Amino acid sequence: MSAETVVSIRNLSKTFGRAGVTALQDIELDIARGDFVSLIGPSGCGKSTLLRIVGDIIEPTSGDVTVNGKPARRARLDRDYGIVFQAPVLYDWRTVAKNIGLPLEMLGWDRARRQDRVGEMLHLVELESFADHHPWQLSGGMQQRVSIARALSFDPALLLMDEPFGALDEMTRERLNLELLRIWSETGSTVIFVTHSIQEAVFLSTRVAVMSARPGRITGIVDVDLPQPRTAQTREEPRFFELVTEVRERLHAVGADQVVEEATLT
Amino acid sequence: MASAAAATRPPQRLQDVRRSEIALRIVALPVVLAALWGLWEGYRALWIATGWTRPFKVDNITMPHLYDILHQLFEPATTGGPRLITLLWHSALFTAKEAAVGFAIGAAVGFALGVVIAHSGMLRRGFLPYIVASQTIPIIAIAPMVVVGLGNYDIEPWLRVAVIAAYLTFFPVTVNTLRGLQSAEPRALELMHSYAASRWEVLWKLRVPSALPYLFSAFKVAATASVVGAIIGEAPSSIPDGLGGAIINFNQYYVLQPENLWATNVIAACLGIFFFLSVVVVEKLVVRRAPEHVA
Repeated sequence: MSAETVVSIRNLSKTFGRAGVTALQDIELDIARGDFVSLIGPSGCGKSTLLRIVGDIIEPTSGDVTVNGKPARRARLDRDYGIVFQAPVLYDWRTVAKNIGLPLEMLGWDRARRQDRVGEMLHLVELESFADHHPWQLSGGMQQRVSIARALSFDPALLLMDEPFGALDEMTRERLNLELLRIWSETGSTVIFVTHSIQEAVFLSTRVAVMSARPGRITGIVDVDLPQPRTAQTREEPRFFELVTEVRERLHAVGADQVVEEATLT
Repeated sequence: MASAAAATRPPQRLQDVRRSEIALRIVALPVVLAALWGLWEGYRALWIATGWTRPFKVDNITMPHLYDILHQLFEPATTGGPRLITLLWHSALFTAKEAAVGFAIGAAVGFALGVVIAHSGMLRRGFLPYIVASQTIPIIAIAPMVVVGLGNYDIEPWLRVAVIAAYLTFFPVTVNTLRGLQSAEPRALELMHSYAASRWEVLWKLRVPSALPYLFSAFKVAATASVVGAIIGEAPSSIPDGLGGAIINFNQYYVLQPENLWATNVIAACLGIFFFLSVVVVEKLVVRRAPEHVA
């Protein structure tokens, strides 16, 4: 393992229930510092499960996850994770500023230090003028930006994002994609990003891990060699389309019948 | 909220809706009161005119005129004594003290109990049947035991009554605390888990705030129950200073002066409403939730 490896997943499997439904099988993945890795696959491929195992929200049946050279549990206790869910999961009774400061309270930061950092975070996600608002006074996109600011507030080693823009409309989603890339380049964080949008995965990532369902496996890794920084124009470049096509073909190689099955299921 | 807040304040239309709602309530109150008054007097007049005796015979004893009841409030309660309303005002204050202290004790004990059993499945299974059983015993059976029992410890009589009020108060608070603490969103709990939050932090930063709407529902029930508990608790203690004492007293002279008992009931109802509204006001100040979460 090189010194720059942040996440190392070895021989990881997960089965659910007594029936032994295999959600994940033999997952191997290394993620370097500053990497932006997307997990993409049909629903039921276990991409969210994999993310939650890395974050020590659930435990694997077998195999190992190390984060910064530590087991996942130790990493969680050391507050190495910033998590963003599909829903913003903001606390209604707290203002935007206090929501962002929540993890800092847990870390025992004093008020002045918290206020400074919350101010920086509000600036980062461009919500300075909404510090004293309550979450339900904000649009869905703004709420998700608050959620991202909260996840980054304590400078975690690893940002785990579980379909964070899945519930937003296409316009908002593209705008937040750009904003996330800007934040990512400014903070230099390492990101694992779950999505079911091929375009989103290619546009954001340095690498895309393509997964198959039943059992959940990583069937291939696509290196995204689009230049940084990426802009709205990136989406119109031929290389972008080539990469989107490559990811799509890898997804279909998994088995077209499976995709049809998914369609009937959902 | 500063100037920027104005941008996303509830839109003007929403404020208008709210304002018209308040106006409606102000108009509705006298209309409802007038309707109830009409119903009372109408029922009375109809039953007297037809001579119906079901479900009961109506006359000046069973159903005095409403204006006689209200008028009675401003008559001397005893010859040369203070007006009835002055007397009842002092009784209401006395009972309010018992009920308020009882409510405070009951709410605190109920909340603490809810928190403890929410954190342990074993305690929940062990305790809950007895907590439920405690509420199936009629309060009039418990009251004398509490009053006499606590008398051995040199506790002031009004405080013993407060304990009886607390006995009625704690149950809804415990049940709703339990439910409220469990109402925290699973994702929010996972978030706290990812911050390696302690049980204590999860409780105070997530579970209790999530439980507040449930708690206030319980407090509303408990507020009126504490008034009832205080009034009933006064009877076996033979405390003459409160509304319970007044009710027992006027009950004995009902045939001679039914208006006195009815007037006392009106004051008791007002006290209950005052307790209820106090909780509503505190709720409006304390609970900051998205509109759809507020009952």
